[in-house]
Amino acid sequence: MTVILGLDTSTSVVAGLAVGDAAPRVAVVDDTRAHAEQLMPLVRELLGGAGLAPTDLTGIVVGVGPGPFTGLRVGVVTALTLGEVLGVAVHGVCSLDVVAAQWAASGAPDEFVVASDARRREVYWAHYARGMRVSGPHVSAPDRVPPLPLAGPGATLVGEASGPTVLDGGVLAARGPTLPDAGREPLYLRRPDAEVPGAPKSALPQPRVAFGMRP
Amino acid sequence: MSEPLVLGLESSCDETGVALVRGRELLAHEVASSVEQHVRFGGVVPEVASRAHLQAMVPTLQRACASADVDLAQIDGVCVTAGPGLMGALVVGLSAAKAIAMALDKPLYGLNHLVGHVAVDLLDHGALPERFGALLVSGGHTSLLVVDDITSALTEVGATIDDAAGEAYDKVARLLGMGYPGGPVIDAAAAGGDPRAIAFPRGLTSARDLERHRFDFSFSGLKTAVSRWVETRRLEGGDVPVADVAASFQEAVADVLTAKAMDMCAHHGLDTLVLGGGVAANSRLRGLLAERADAAGVTVRRPRPGLCTDNGAMMAALGAEVIRRGHRPSSLEIGATPGLPVGTVLV
Ligand SMILES: [Zn+2]
Repeated sequence: MTVILGLDTSTSVVAGLAVGDAAPRVAVVDDTRAHAEQLMPLVRELLGGAGLAPTDLTGIVVGVGPGPFTGLRVGVVTALTLGEVLGVAVHGVCSLDVVAAQWAASGAPDEFVVASDARRREVYWAHYARGMRVSGPHVSAPDRVPPLPLAGPGATLVGEASGPTVLDGGVLAARGPTLPDAGREPLYLRRPDAEVPGAPKSALPQPRVAFGMRP
Repeated sequence: MSEPLVLGLESSCDETGVALVRGRELLAHEVASSVEQHVRFGGVVPEVASRAHLQAMVPTLQRACASADVDLAQIDGVCVTAGPGLMGALVVGLSAAKAIAMALDKPLYGLNHLVGHVAVDLLDHGALPERFGALLVSGGHTSLLVVDDITSALTEVGATIDDAAGEAYDKVARLLGMGYPGGPVIDAAAAGGDPRAIAFPRGLTSARDLERHRFDFSFSGLKTAVSRWVETRRLEGGDVPVADVAASFQEAVADVLTAKAMDMCAHHGLDTLVLGGGVAANSRLRGLLAERADAAGVTVRRPRPGLCTDNGAMMAALGAEVIRRGHRPSSLEIGATPGLPVGTVLV
């Protein structure tokens, strides 16, 4: 029997557990600033509640974002390390695809956009048609998002949400293995903030020079 | 209890370290460094370091297990740096450690990085004395500690009030166009120079400063003095005697570090000093410290250079002592603490 653990820290802390064909279990901590603190206790609780041990897992699905980097890495490194130690495969999926799958299962329109908060007045988003991602994930200002029905945790930053706004850990665990492979690296979409330094600034006391004086 | 078998993980700055230790025996010690990726920025870029930690964590763990030929199911505990360090970097190692602890049902120990720099010497030189001093010098820290118990009782008697010593090396190296990191390149350049050529200032050593900052350090004024000296020389159209500048700068750093370390030993009645951190590899610091400690009757202990820079063995060595003393493990709910004080050994 398959026992799949789903983890996603692209927004809050989300875990899901799918055992065979039974209805998946879900555990959530609605906190966007304590991923490293909350994730592992949540997984332990989820497994314990199902009467299972970590060694019972047969697979792991992890949301690789996009999302704020520090929190996102918590889920990814946790999934990769669990996979390594337990000897089970880790499947990375785009977190926006999970929300799209949720909506597709409950009567989504033909075309829609899933968006999440990228901070700095931008959103991460992807465009879906007939349930498939046809463009994205992108990061841009909200006014660059095509005018389509909206879902996802950042939908309200773009307009009005008409689909699900919260990633469902149960769908992640149950449907994750069939979603497109997004790799095992976070979908950063942005380069690190870093500037190559210019010439060092002068450390000498600067004399006040009369305007127009020639050197 | 037989000697504890401990896994150690470290990711506080730009090195991803994983090690296995049995008691005081180092079984495996693997480090992946992202230093190359920071060279063009002239310093560690936190986001670049964090991304590199995530890429390196599992491969480094695999290498450590393979080289020690240890099955992780046999370990007695997972020890990891909980702070101080860069938040984004720390959470990668901490999350990996929690995953291992949960998956294998092993106790987790979130430990202090600075204390690890001291404890790692156990692997090279055996048991530590009852009470001793420590001088930690690296790109991120410059501290003087009095250690009564490596697992529970450390007091920071002094620290830098501005730049860390290693940071001053980086800045001066950049000023002299010598590249990054500054420590090794300045050390090499200084070998051919006269350490007495230029009288650079010794921070916080005036009678007035000593009243309030007897065991503290300041390297920001020194960096500015070097910068002014070099700039003035260039404005005057003269060549910059790079070897003399490097040697004189290095002398100023080593002089103040060793003088204050010896003063701490005398004041607190300590006859052993452990030197740790990346800058502990510096030749002039080692030479001058040996000279002054010898004269003062203080024994200096220093781990091999590969264990002075950040690594997982620091955490494993400290963790083995913590487990040996029977301290309670950390909760799975602990977070990373970028400013963790040195007095907190175990989170
Ligand atoms: Zn360090």
